[in-house]
This record gives sequence, structure tokens and C-alpha cells, in this order.
Amino acid sequence: MSSQPNTSRRNFLKQSLLAGGGLLIGFKLYGAGLAPAGEIENAALAAGSVDFNSFLSIATDGTVTIFSPNPEIGQNIKTSFPMIVAEELDVDWSRVKVVQAALDSSKYERQVTGGSGAIPHSWKRLREAGATARQMLMEAAAKRLKVPVGELSTQNSLVMHKASGRQLGYGELAADAAKLPAPANVKLKDPKDFKLIGKAINNVDNGDIITGKPLYGIDFYREGMLTAMVQRPPAFGMKVKSVDAAAAKAMPGIVDVVRFDDKVAVVGKSTWQVMKARKALKVVYEKGAALESSTDHDRLFKELLDSKEASVRRQDGDVEAAFKRAAKVVKSEYQCPFLPHSPLEPMNFFAHVRADGVELVGPTQTPDRARGVAAQITGIAPEKITVEMTRMGGAFGRRLMADYVEEAVQVSKLAKAPVKVIWTREDDMTGGNYRPAVRYRFEAALDASGNMIGYKLRGVGINAGNPTREHNFPSGSVENLLIDSVEHQSPITTAPWRAPITNFLAFAEQSFIDEVAQAAGKDPVQFRLELMEKAKKSPVGNIGYDIDRMQTVTRMAAEKAGWGKKQGVHQGFSVYYSHRSYVAQVGEVALEGGKPVLKKIYAVSDCGQVVNLSGARQQVIGGIVDGLGHAMYGNMTFREGAPEQQNFNNYRLIRLKEVPEVEIHFVDNGIEPTGLGEPALPPTGAAVANAIFKATSKRMYNQPFLEQDAMKGLSQ
Amino acid sequence: MAIYKLQINGQTYQADVEPDTPLLWVLRDHLGLLGTKFGCGIAVCGACTVHFNDQAVRACVFPVSAVGSASITTIEGLSEQGTHPVQQAWNEVDVAQCGYCQAGQIMTAAALLKRNPNPSTEEIDAGMNGNICRCGTYHRIREAVTLAAAKLK
Ligand code: FES
Ligand code: FES
Repeated sequence: MSSQPNTSRRNFLKQSLLAGGGLLIGFKLYGAGLAPAGEIENAALAAGSVDFNSFLSIATDGTVTIFSPNPEIGQNIKTSFPMIVAEELDVDWSRVKVVQAALDSSKYERQVTGGSGAIPHSWKRLREAGATARQMLMEAAAKRLKVPVGELSTQNSLVMHKASGRQLGYGELAADAAKLPAPANVKLKDPKDFKLIGKAINNVDNGDIITGKPLYGIDFYREGMLTAMVQRPPAFGMKVKSVDAAAAKAMPGIVDVVRFDDKVAVVGKSTWQVMKARKALKVVYEKGAALESSTDHDRLFKELLDSKEASVRRQDGDVEAAFKRAAKVVKSEYQCPFLPHSPLEPMNFFAHVRADGVELVGPTQTPDRARGVAAQITGIAPEKITVEMTRMGGAFGRRLMADYVEEAVQVSKLAKAPVKVIWTREDDMTGGNYRPAVRYRFEAALDASGNMIGYKLRGVGINAGNPTREHNFPSGSVENLLIDSVEHQSPITTAPWRAPITNFLAFAEQSFIDEVAQAAGKDPVQFRLELMEKAKKSPVGNIGYDIDRMQTVTRMAAEKAGWGKKQGVHQGFSVYYSHRSYVAQVGEVALEGGKPVLKKIYAVSDCGQVVNLSGARQQVIGGIVDGLGHAMYGNMTFREGAPEQQNFNNYRLIRLKEVPEVEIHFVDNGIEPTGLGEPALPPTGAAVANAIFKATSKRMYNQPFLEQDAMKGLSQ
Repeated sequence: MAIYKLQINGQTYQADVEPDTPLLWVLRDHLGLLGTKFGCGIAVCGACTVHFNDQAVRACVFPVSAVGSASITTIEGLSEQGTHPVQQAWNEVDVAQCGYCQAGQIMTAAALLKRNPNPSTEEIDAGMNGNICRCGTYHRIREAVTLAAAKLK
């Protein structure tokens, strides 16, 4: 056997920084005197840098290292964050090296991936980090050249004195600049002078990805590390009654079998040996809670939609009176199933619990939560727990949960060894934390001239919390409105799933708005614009969205798609506000041999300033493909608590042949970035469903579309 | 356990494993070749695609005992520096989001182009349809295969 590669970035980093001997520049986000900086930064600080925290370092050879503190799940943060720093630093991008920082709450705030929030949160902070360093480099240059700093300018990692034609490289200046005090209130660039921000910049990890370098948590190996697989109850609501591990323990390569909670972990020397031994476990389960089936949920949904008890989320005017005087009432129900997240890299995590500390390495969207659970399980102080973040093979919200980190910590603690827990696809798909299943009932009251005078929405969710977004469109545009919800608590676990709640609410609401427009005899785009106009002119209650931004994307998408002007295709419209950004989409369906075939999707996004055009386009395309695939095919069902789908053979993910042409536009409005990891997903389902309706007069009331009666024998 | 001598990326490797061990886990656990990924374990996602002689196969269901003297190529062996036209196209088109599926996509594309250096759009679609990309990079995959085909000319 050959020895295993050690992928610890920490050591690599320490060495490279020490070797570089450069300047470390950064800034403190919150407060002072928190926990001591990590070893990486200490090493660099000792080399004589300024005494605040680290976002970037400049080596004497001119190489700039930028630390990216947020977890990378494919949203391209590891490229976009450094671009923002590099822009203000005026650095030569080809000489920038990006390094994933480990968890360090004393230096970085919000080391989280979720809620499309990283760029909006850090935009100004990152710009200031770059600009501060640039200012210090200019001051050092001014001293060296004996000229006023005002006569200097910067470009491509050079400080230039135009009058004398002299210039100095950042690398030559780094040591001197480090000794200067960090200036406060540095001037930031005018966005019109941006050279990097807004351009398409390739993913900084491309070189490693295309050559198969070990970047992911599952690729973490270390000498002496053991591999573990966990047997979990086969159904939600079951618990362990007894375990007979004798046969499993006797199998080759197996080191230990440990038990915690309702889980049994097989620990061994290699993945395949552990996989086989896990099958030899004899675990008897018994019922511990209700064993629910999807058919129970279908029944429950209908009962709870009529429940007398609901949590009122928002109430405007007098809804009952409005419905009484209505000339027309539209009423519809929409339902969406549970969905697994299905990141292509299954859950995994490495933990090494020692007497004096814990080392954690792996894929997590919330390293801080990972540390928290490790502290709780081991009783070891958080300061003694390190978390190193690996690149993630997707996450989609799944890695906001720490269940698999807990498992790694438990197993390492019980087996007294460094352990990597890995899940199979079946574990991943049947292991819970799904997007919740939800059913909605919408009702709209129209007066004789087709104005919406009343609106009701009730959402019933299974472990969904509040399945509505009560201050979102069309709230604010209707005088009489009632939004409430009913929750059913189930042993089937749920979790945030890319664009939580809105990933199905948007489909239901934007489909229903289409129905209302039709009942009112109005064009769907015009009808939406009129509602927005009404919310602007005579706003009712709290309005959680920016009406102008929503109108702009609506108009622009209609214009780009040639709304209402095309022959031979049927168009469907959808617009949604989520996570601070606005996306409007038009789906185009053609009838081929009587069957609807999705031809194209147009998307217009207002996410404020685009940071990386390549990454931003990826997020929009990815969001659309994600939204389309799951609306079309995604379905997780249960029988007596047991998941009925286990792998990609019986759970269908969208494939290459099934994606239509996509045309993407961004609104250029000078607003600071508002996030893009999620907002392109929610509108897709309804843009497609509304186009299918146009083409076939069949409405998709449930997801997945492919299993609706209307689609049977129809498309794809 | 048995000792297998394997021809991988032009080198001879040796592994002492059980005969039913899938090639995927031999590569990953025993040989430290971690570019080949685990996605489904049942030959439906393509993340583990490697070349068996010149043919794309799914290493997750390919027992090591069936490899024999065939020459295996993994992503690490396609070209170490990323200079293979398919790798270059993948970089230029900036295909990856999370990147996890991409080794499998690249290996599938490389085998496809070897067999058919001039694929039509339909042939690209058919050839790449077996590889799942959960992040939805399919449009760029199409574009990159087309670009790689042009580079190979
Ligand atoms: S891991 Fe082999 S095809 Fe999915
Ligand atoms: S890039 Fe993430 S699965 Fe393909």
C-alpha cells in the first residue's frame, strides 16, 4: 500500500507564508482583544506586519495572498471575495493567490454560506481591506520617492509617480508599508473605475478541479485515519431496540463498532471493508414515533387546510367582506413534495477527538456550528477546537446541518481515533433533513372590473415553520388580505433547501397570479405590473420588496423575451423577490406532436452590482436548472416512515438533454450587490408551468410536473 | 485479500485488497488517486468515470479483479498539468461550479472525443447525458465539449 497524501492546507499555508516572509494586511471586523489569532496569521505577524487581522498578505516577490473566509460550495465565493479585495488594491490578478481561511471568529465574521448573504454582507468590508492596504503601499512609496502621496497612483501591483516616470512594485514596498499605521476611512473606488469587478473571471480552483486535485472533504486522508459508516434507522420514527455487531466486527479490516443515539457506526481501515461490514450488522428496530406515509400527508394537508386554528401571519382590511362582495372568486391549491438536497459529494466529515482538543476537517456551510456541536459532545472548550473547511461538492443548504459532523465527533470520541465518517448516496438520500412538503390554498376576490379586492393564502407545511412570506408580493397591493399557516410536526426531518420556502412558494404564488390574471381577463405581465403600481400608489401595510426593482425586472424580461409578440411558442411569466434580489423569467414552450416541449428560458436578474460575471451567470443558470429539474422530476415519498427513493436510479435528477436554452440578462443599476446564490431558482417553476398552461390549457397544481395527470403522456 | 498489479496512468501500482473491491475505492483508499469521485456507487451518475483502455467505465461498480492488464487512465493521468484539450476547454469555458462532477465529465468527454472527434450536437448530448451535474453546468459542458473538439482538430 502506498502512503496517503496529506491534504492539510494549514501546513501548506504556514510554510508558504513563512517562506514568503511578506506583509500581512487586513482589518478587524468587530471588537478587539478576542481570542488570539490562529497559527497562520501568527506566523506572518511575527514576520513583522501590522497588528490587525488578515485578509491579504503581500510577499516581497509581489505575490498577493488573499484569504477567503467563507465556505465554498460552488457559489464561487472563493473567486468573488478576493476579486473585491483585489479591485481596491489595484493588483495584478494573475499574481493573486487565493487561500481558504479556516474558522476564526476572532478575525472573520459570518463564516457562513447561506441565504445568499456573503457578498452583500462583506462587500464594503472587503473593499476597505483592499483600499487600506493600497493606501499604505502608496504612503510607503511616497516616503521612498520623496514625493507627496497625492502625486501617486496605482495600477497592476505598481505604485506610479507619473511626473517623474518612476514606479515601485507592491512587493518592494510591502515591508515598509507594513510598518505604517493603518489609515482609517480610506477612499473607495468609484464603481465606474472598476477593472475587475463585473468582469468574467475564471474560478480560482479551475486548475485543481480539471486535474483532479484532492479539494473536497471526502478527499481528506491522513496517516492512521479510520473510515466509518453509520447505520441509521430505516424509517423516521424508528429507534434501535438491539444491536448484534459480532459478525460485522469479525470482518476483515474492521476495527470497532460503536453505538450512540439511534446509530451504529462501523469503523475500519478502508471504505469498501466498512461498507460490507455494515451490511453484516444485525440491528433490530422498534417503533418510537408515528411512522408516516405520503398518503397520510396528502390526507393531513386537506384536513389542515380547513383547520380552525392557524397562525395568522398577516391581515389587512376585511377579507371576509371583500369575498362576500366579489364578482368572481378564484380558488386553487398547490402542493410540493419533500426533496433531498442531493449534493453530488455525499455527506462526510473528519474528526479527531483528543484529550486536549478536537480537529475537524470537512465540508460545512457553518463551521461555527460544527465547532459548537463538537464542544457540546466532547465538553472541550471551543478555543481548543479547530475547523478546516474544504471545498464542497455542492450543499444546497444540506451542509447547514451538523448531524454528520456530530457523527464524526461521536465516532472519533468512542473509537478513540481520527475518523472520517462517509455516507453513501443511499445514506444521503434517506438520511433526512429534506425540503419540507407543503400545500397551499390561494383565494382571490375580483370585483366586476377585474380588480383584486381580496386575497387569502393558507400554507400547511410539514416541519416547514412559516411556509409563507407574508410581506412579499402581492402583499401591499391588496386592501383585504389574510395570510396564515398551519404546521404539522413529523418525525421526518427537514432543513433549509436552496431558497428555503420560496423555492416552492414562488411556484405556487406565481402560478396562482396567472390564474387570477386569466379570470380578470388581463395579460399576466400587465396584471402583475398593475398590482405593483397599486402597491406603489396606495400601499397597504408593510411591503417587504422594492417595487421599482421588481417592476424593472418584470418589464425587462417581457421585453427581452418579446412577450406576447411571438408565433409558434407559448410563453409563461414569473417574477420573484427573494434574498434581497429580483429575478423575472419567461418560459417558452412549443407543441411538438401535441406535446409541450420546453424550448427556452429568459431570465433578467437584479442582484445589484455583479461581482464576477462568469460566476453570476453560473448562479443564474444553475438556479434555473435546479428549479426546473426539481419542479419537473423531484419527488421524495414515504411509506410507514421509510423513504421510497434511495439513489439516482429511482430519484430523478435533471440531466443534460433536458435543459433548454437559457438567455440571461442583468440589470445594471449601480446598487450594491444583493446576492445571487438563490434568487434565480424560485421563479423557474411557475415560468415553466405557466407556459405549459398556455400551450395545453393544463395547469400544474403539484410538483413534480411529470407525475401530474396533465403531463402523463405529454412531454419528455 | 489478494495482490493486484494495476496499470494506471502509465505506471504500475500494487494494491492488496479483496477481489470484489470496486476500482474506485482502490484508487481512492489504497493508491491515493483522489480525483475520481464517489457520487452514487451504482453506475448512474458518472462521477467515478475512468478510462479502461480507451473506453469510459464507471469505477464504482468495476471490481478490481476484472481490471487485469488493461490500462486505466484517471483524471490525474489525462494530463498532469491540465494540458489535455478537454481540460483546457473546461478551464476556458469556466465550466465548474462546485466541481465535484467535473472529473467524471471530463473523462467522459475525452473518451467521447477519442471515439468521435467530430460529434454533432445530438451526439454530444447523448454522450454526456449519463453524467449528472447537480449544480446544473450542462450548458457549459456542451460548450466545452464543442470547444475541445475544435482544439483537437
Ligand atoms: S459513483 Fe459511479 S456512477 Fe456514480
Ligand atoms: S459542478 Fe457541482 S455537481 Fe457538477
